Amino acid sequence: MPSSAPVPAYLDHAATTPVRPEVRAAMEPFLTESFGNPSGIHSVARRAKTALEEAREEIAAALGCRPGEVVVTGGGSEADNLAVIGAARMAARGGLPRRVVVSAVEHKAVSEAAHRLEPEGFSVRVVGVGADGILDLDDLAAALAEPVALVSVMLVNNEVGTIQPLEEIAGIVRSRAPGARLHTDAVQAVQWLDVAAAAAPADLVSVSGHKFGGPKGVGALVVRAGTEVEPQLVGGGQERGLRSGTVDVGAAVGLATALAVTAARRAEEVALIAALRDRFATGLAAVPGVVPTGDRSRVVAGNHHVRIEGVPAELLLLALDQDGVCAAAGSSCASGALEPSPVLAAMGMSRDAAREAVRFSFGYASTDADVDRALAVLPPLIARLRGGEARTAAGA
Amino acid sequence: MSGGVDSSVAAALLAEAGHDVTGVTLRLWGGVSDSGCCSVGDVEDARRVAAQLGVPHYVFDEADEFTARVVDPYVRAYDAGATPNPCVACNREMKFGRLLDRARLLGFDALATGHHARVRRGDDGVVRLLRAVDPGKDQSYVLVGLTQRELGDLRFPVGELTKAEVRARATAIGLRTADKPESMDVCFVARRDRVGFVEARMGARPGAVVDVAGREVGRHDGIARFTVGQRRGLGVAVGERQYVVDVDARSHVVTVGPPEALLRREIALDDVGFTHDRPAPDRLLGVQVRAHGSVTPAFLDGDVVRCLEPVARVAPGQVVALYDGPELVGGGFAR
Repeated sequence: MPSSAPVPAYLDHAATTPVRPEVRAAMEPFLTESFGNPSGIHSVARRAKTALEEAREEIAAALGCRPGEVVVTGGGSEADNLAVIGAARMAARGGLPRRVVVSAVEHKAVSEAAHRLEPEGFSVRVVGVGADGILDLDDLAAALAEPVALVSVMLVNNEVGTIQPLEEIAGIVRSRAPGARLHTDAVQAVQWLDVAAAAAPADLVSVSGHKFGGPKGVGALVVRAGTEVEPQLVGGGQERGLRSGTVDVGAAVGLATALAVTAARRAEEVALIAALRDRFATGLAAVPGVVPTGDRSRVVAGNHHVRIEGVPAELLLLALDQDGVCAAAGSSCASGALEPSPVLAAMGMSRDAAREAVRFSFGYASTDADVDRALAVLPPLIARLRGGEARTAAGA
Repeated sequence: MSGGVDSSVAAALLAEAGHDVTGVTLRLWGGVSDSGCCSVGDVEDARRVAAQLGVPHYVFDEADEFTARVVDPYVRAYDAGATPNPCVACNREMKFGRLLDRARLLGFDALATGHHARVRRGDDGVVRLLRAVDPGKDQSYVLVGLTQRELGDLRFPVGELTKAEVRARATAIGLRTADKPESMDVCFVARRDRVGFVEARMGARPGAVVDVAGREVGRHDGIARFTVGQRRGLGVAVGERQYVVDVDARSHVVTVGPPEALLRREIALDDVGFTHDRPAPDRLLGVQVRAHGSVTPAFLDGDVVRCLEPVARVAPGQVVALYDGPELVGGGFAR
């Protein structure tokens, strides 16, 4: 077996990213001297409280809301859960029907949260997408023929990278379902889009620190004034009662710093990453039977998602790993096995085709060397794995 | 790596010997299961053992293939009145079929598992499959079907050790799986409810219970509940010591009879295969019809096993393993 390279080419930034040096530096004091609990009244607590509120202001500035509209959470999934379950319940309490509309390509943190509401009488209407991965706006309009409590459509898809037309979506929601809350999962968007502008039409916006150089285990939910959410964690009443539990001040500072640094460098980084991704995509396109997924003109700069015909993704990923290239496919179940992707199924891809789909995702830490390595390794590997699978099929 | 102690120690022995080892766990069953190979906890055990050994670990999702190649044929076999052995099917189709093909494709020189058996390459270049060192744990029976195509690339490191030695080894290295109990049942059948599993998929096939003379002596709730040679659960009271002697899938008739009615001197085989050469017809072999069953002397005449003494009839579909001394030479399925 070829042995692994000392530093692998990391093409899995949609899964997570390394912490930016500025973020790490900003967080460090909170692991040492600035350890206070922001809820206290003494000087140590006050320092923590001040840092938390400054972080909140920075988060609010980056997300285009007021500081009082930011709820710091323990990550993107928690923010999605709080938005979907919390806002749907409050809207229903306010007299809206127990009906929730979600897109067919949501992250499980949204779709599973929606299904969590079913035992209490909610119905969940799933709106389809086209083969391009874009929400079917006619189907959305049809889903809104009756009033609904909440609509949730992600801004950027985690698997195929598609950017949803949130402005248009919001227009349809506002005109057809005036009382409905609109949530957008912007977890995959921050590196690529100015979320303050792109998510402006949404009442609720989720982000997660570790997708753009921040720490894991911290996220935020924007809850715009006028939108009520029922807390999912109760206790000490932190975060204006919406999310009890002592806030990890260092993580909040890390999130704020990552948002600020990402915003400041976004234009420059997106251009560089897009160039890397495009060089990779062009190189890979020279291999026959590599089919890009969906409409590649409507995806974020870091995403390249393809089906490699005749090569099972789980074999390719193992072989790539052995050759020092980290990539991903679909979503993993609890055991770590790859499961056929519901996102690809929603786009009309067959189960067999979806098993050959792979995601290469680039980020701020990507380099030319990563692309070189991936392009050196992939073509011969694909040829080898194809030859063998044909033999296997014939011999089976 | 199933997450059990045997495959954990197999990986450890190979890594210790300096091989470049990669661990793979097959996720075979997506449904309800309470034993064996597919729970998240077992995969996590395998992953942690691999991490402890410093080797990479991957999970292959083979649930669709496992259903098509092992579970569906298992249900169909009961539907046809036969008695399948899903472990043998899984070994043939999944582990030493697809996984071995994939290992070769990925450039690995060999595939190792935690089976208790031994492989030996002779001076003649022939690779022979032998019983494990520990006779009580020998699993060569479930390896029936392996040929030279597979054997040369297979390694069974724990077959050289007794089970006690395997556990001692695991304890000495500090493997978390050292004290894990063994899985004994069919891994995809929950709560040991084979009948419930099969009937949920094929429906119950109730019918008559008749004696060897063809007289109806009772009714039964479904043919999947019966295996040739079975004594319990017949639900009929005709004298004593009644056994199932036949299951007719077409008419759903179960025939019961006294133990003598089960005795046969011949076992006809389907799908006969050999690890290398077919043994000569005058070669005295040992025949084994259950995973840890006794061995009966016999000759192989074409596709018919001729036993030196009468033996209880083997249920159709059951695996019949042929040994020459400690060597598994081949086998087939009882007709």
